Amino acid sequence: MTLTDWFNKRKIQQIAARDTSSVHIDDSVGKLWTLCYNCSSQLPKKDLENNLMVCPNCDYHFRIGAKDRIKLIADEGTFEEMFSNIKPLDPLDFVDTQSYTMRQVSAHEKSGLDEAVITGTCKIDGQKTAIAVMDFEYMGGSMGSVVGERITAILEYALENRLPSVVFTASGGARMQESALSLMQMAKTSCAVAKLNEAKLLYITVLTEPTFGGVTASFGTIGDIIIAEKGARIGFAGRRVIEQTIRQKLPADFQTAEYLLKYGQIDFIVERKDMKEKLSKLIRLHAATRK
Amino acid sequence: MNNTAKHIQILDFEKPIYTMQDKIEELKKTSVDTHIDYKDEIKKLEEQTKVYRKELYEKLEPYQKLQIARHPQRPNFMDYVHFICNDYIELHGDRHGYDDKAIAGGIADIDGQTVMLIGTVKGKSTKENLECNFGMPQPQGYRKALRLFEHANRFNMPIITLVDTMGAYPGMTAEEMGQGEAIAVNLKEMAKLDVPIISVITGEGCSGGALGLAVANKVMILEHAYYTVISPEGCASILWKDAGMTKVATDALKITGEDLLKYNIVDEVIKEPIGGAHYNAEEMAMNLKKSLIKSLEEFKNMTAEELRTQRYSKFRRIGVFAK
Repeated sequence: MTLTDWFNKRKIQQIAARDTSSVHIDDSVGKLWTLCYNCSSQLPKKDLENNLMVCPNCDYHFRIGAKDRIKLIADEGTFEEMFSNIKPLDPLDFVDTQSYTMRQVSAHEKSGLDEAVITGTCKIDGQKTAIAVMDFEYMGGSMGSVVGERITAILEYALENRLPSVVFTASGGARMQESALSLMQMAKTSCAVAKLNEAKLLYITVLTEPTFGGVTASFGTIGDIIIAEKGARIGFAGRRVIEQTIRQKLPADFQTAEYLLKYGQIDFIVERKDMKEKLSKLIRLHAATRK
Repeated sequence: MNNTAKHIQILDFEKPIYTMQDKIEELKKTSVDTHIDYKDEIKKLEEQTKVYRKELYEKLEPYQKLQIARHPQRPNFMDYVHFICNDYIELHGDRHGYDDKAIAGGIADIDGQTVMLIGTVKGKSTKENLECNFGMPQPQGYRKALRLFEHANRFNMPIITLVDTMGAYPGMTAEEMGQGEAIAVNLKEMAKLDVPIISVITGEGCSGGALGLAVANKVMILEHAYYTVISPEGCASILWKDAGMTKVATDALKITGEDLLKYNIVDEVIKEPIGGAHYNAEEMAMNLKKSLIKSLEEFKNMTAEELRTQRYSKFRRIGVFAK
């Protein structure tokens, strides 16, 4: 390592230490390289992409967008998007340092999406499944009226058509800009899951990096099967809030998928490369039970 | 338990009233001391104070309501039990090794009708507050509530929940025990219940911690209580990155009963005594009791199926989006 490299790495680590909530791509290294935020190794972007955005050195699972996620799960060409006609408004005329409308515009530019979830149906190894996939890039995957409505609508579709459903979560929680309207989406989505329970239809949730707040406290943690992707951070309250409340430092692995497994909060952990196979198997096994 | 003005902690925005009252007292004293008759002046001032007071509380800003909702002397769950119930037998524990004191509940007789009454509990003193963790439930509290919901369901008792919490407790063991899951399960299981559920936000209705007891057929809120997705302080520090913006965040979050009615988040606002519930706990409790009895009546003849459908569509409708 040259001295310049050492300085660069140190700079990157300092930035990463300041804000661990997002993955930092080092501009100085250019667009071809990515820094692993877990093991700090510089990775050629191509290698990372070829490895499903999982660090080949330490197995750290980078966040991926909803569209990439669907590609990894759905049989090729089988995904049909639904409820994309449901679009966000600004019911409370919310303005913080920026207006909510402006935030929607920049979230769209940043993520290429029109909201924080994509819903539809696809086939998983030939088995038709209703899916909802959240995307953290759109306003931190926060849940407002549109996320709540799309998820409820796809679960109702699963109910009417007696399909299994899979929801991938990635969310900082409920969307503050819609206040109590966002809060009520927790109730709305959970009520839809209640209907799936009553109809005895399989509902699987996959918690991915990160899943917090209102999503953890609603449709995220009431799956018949709750899966977490390797390394994902999952919790109700944020780490900093807890540390300030209890005035003590939390263990480094607190709120990780592995930590939650230890405390009995999830069924199992899956690596990205095995996700489709695991889901497919679960759906198949549940379809072949006693009639 | 009528609080007299003397013992009530005064909020900043209420000070002009007390300044006026002090002036009146002073004038009365002078009148006695100097034998000059100030009767007319006193009467006029008293009249003015009364009008000013009434107008002040009728036009409270959200941030002022927030302070009333959080008033340390605001009637709590036990006060309402005392004033509303002919009988109340508290039931404890989650049956999995814990009894969370931040949520209490039991079988109650309200106006001759047996109900399951459940609520978050805040203390009135530091000692009480430490016992009930300042009204912030642990996951076990939500699981205790769920056990009581199921009991009510089995014996066909309507469920009444009174919610006053700044949120579910953000602690280490709370996370380990599944705080999010405990709330989520309640949301889902409340949807399935066959009995009427009536929820009232009596003070603070903050975030999922409040909602975990409020997936109801009818949701009501006291006049100065508030209901929001996040505390205004939390919102200010996240969105503005400045806790000093709390007042602005309070306005932006649209947390008052009046605002919530517009979006069908609450169905009814229950009037408080002038000055807020803490000025007259008994009057407040009687207003609440009247609304509860009326609400129980509304759902009396509905079948289990109708109740579930009504509850589902009530929440199903909530949300604002383009289509």
